Amino acid sequence: MGGYGDVQMIDENGLRMDGRKPGDVRPITIETGVIPVADGSCRMTWGTNEAIVAVYGPMEAHPRKIQRQDRAVIDVAYNMAPFSTTDRIRPGFNRRSREISKVTKDALESVVLLELYPRSKIRVSIEIVSAEAGTRCVGLTAASVALADAGIPMTDMVVSVASGKINDVVVCDLNKEEDNYGEADLPMGVLPNTGELVFLQMDGDLSPAEFKQAWDYNVDAAMEVHKLMVEALKGGDN
Amino acid sequence: MNSRPVGQPDNMSIESSADGPRDTRRTLVVVPGEDLGSSEGIEAGHGVLVVGDRVISTKQGRMSRKGNTISVSPLHTRYMPRPGDLVIGHIEGCTNNIWFVDIGAPFNSILPMSLGPAKVEFGGTRKILDIGDSILCRVQEVEETHQSVVTMKGMGLRKIRSGALDELDPHLLGKLIGKGGAFLREMKMQTDCRIVVADNGRLWIDGELENILEVRKKINSISSEARMIGVDA
Repeated sequence: MGGYGDVQMIDENGLRMDGRKPGDVRPITIETGVIPVADGSCRMTWGTNEAIVAVYGPMEAHPRKIQRQDRAVIDVAYNMAPFSTTDRIRPGFNRRSREISKVTKDALESVVLLELYPRSKIRVSIEIVSAEAGTRCVGLTAASVALADAGIPMTDMVVSVASGKINDVVVCDLNKEEDNYGEADLPMGVLPNTGELVFLQMDGDLSPAEFKQAWDYNVDAAMEVHKLMVEALKGGDN
Repeated sequence: MNSRPVGQPDNMSIESSADGPRDTRRTLVVVPGEDLGSSEGIEAGHGVLVVGDRVISTKQGRMSRKGNTISVSPLHTRYMPRPGDLVIGHIEGCTNNIWFVDIGAPFNSILPMSLGPAKVEFGGTRKILDIGDSILCRVQEVEETHQSVVTMKGMGLRKIRSGALDELDPHLLGKLIGKGGAFLREMKMQTDCRIVVADNGRLWIDGELENILEVRKKINSISSEARMIGVDA
C-alpha cells in the first residue's frame, strides 16, 4: 500500500500488467517428497514465488515446558532466504517472520488432529527461496501439502490465497507491483471441503462490496489450487 | 459475510457418485479432508473420521474397505509403538534409575533400571548404558498418553556393539521382509550378514564391511523406489 495511486496497473480492457484478468491466479506447480530426510516435504512455485517446506514429527517436544498434556504443539518457522528478493534480507528472525509463523501455526492448528499426539511436537519449516508477493499464502498452502505428505492426520487442507485492490478494481492473487502500489490486500485461508475460514488478514481499505468480491475471488481461487494440491498428493494415481 | 457453502460442488472426485468414491474396485489414494461417502452403516477405521453423516479421510493414503469398516493406510507415517514390538532405540538421557530411549515414536520411551540389561546400582545407570548407545529392546507397555516403557529382559535383547544401523519407513518393512520372510532370508543368505529388523523401521546389520554396504544399498533402493507414489507396503 505504497500510496502511489496514479500508477496504472490495469488497462482499459481490464487486463493487468502481466496479462491476467482480475480473477486469474498465477501459474502454480506443486511437488512432494523433495527432501528425502524429512517426514514430509513440498516444493511449491506460485508465479515467481517459490517455497520449500519440510515437516518433521510428531516427535518428542523439547524443551519440556512447551509440551501440552492433552495435545501436540506445532512449531512453525517461516523464513525468507537472504537471496529471495532483489534487496538482500538480513538472515534470521524478524518481526514479519514471527508474525507469519504465528498466523500459519494458528491456521494449521485448526485442521491438524493434535489431540492424537499428546506431549509431542510437529515441526514445520517454511523456507521462501524466491519471493514476489503473497509468500505467506504460498508458505501456508505448501505447509498443508507437506503435512499431508508426512501422514499427519488432518480434517482438511488449508488453502490460502490473497486478493486485493488496484486502481479501484478488485483483483485476485496480487503480484509484486500490485502488492506494492495497490490499495488493499486480503490474504485468506480456506478449508475447501467444509468452507470454513481459518485465516484472514487485511491491509488497506475495502468497501463491503469490494470485500465481498475479494472474498469470492479468494474462495474460487482456493478451489482451483486445492485441485492442484490433490493432484500432487495423488501423483496421478487416480 | 458470505453464506455460500464453500467447496460443496468440488467435494467429490470425478468418478464418484453421491455415495462417494468408495465403491470403485481399485484401491484409491485419498487425501486429507476427502469425502468418502455417507456414514450410514459404516464403521470408521484407521485414518478416517465421521463428521455429521459423512465419512472423511484424515490422511494421505490408500483407502480400503473390509466389511463395514473403512480405513486409510497412510503412504508415509511415523512409528507408533505397540506392546510387544521389537525396537532399536538410542539412549537420549538418563537419571539415577531410568534411561530415556528414542525409539522413533512421537514420544520417548523409558527404560527403568529394573528392566535394564544388568544389575545396576542406584545412580550407576551411565556405567551400563551411556547417552548415544543403541539398544535392541522390546516395548513392554504403552499408556493412553502414548508414553511407553521398554524392556531389555528377554531373549536376544542387548546393547548393540558392532555392525551398522540403518532406517526404513516403518510401513515399508513388509516390502523388505517379503512374503513369509522370503526376501529377507534371501538377502541374509546372499550377503552373509546378520540382519535384525525392528518394528520401528530401524535395522541392525552385522557382518563384513563390504556385505554391510551391500545390504544398505539394497535397503536404500527399496526406500527410493517407495518415494514414487503408488508403491504399496
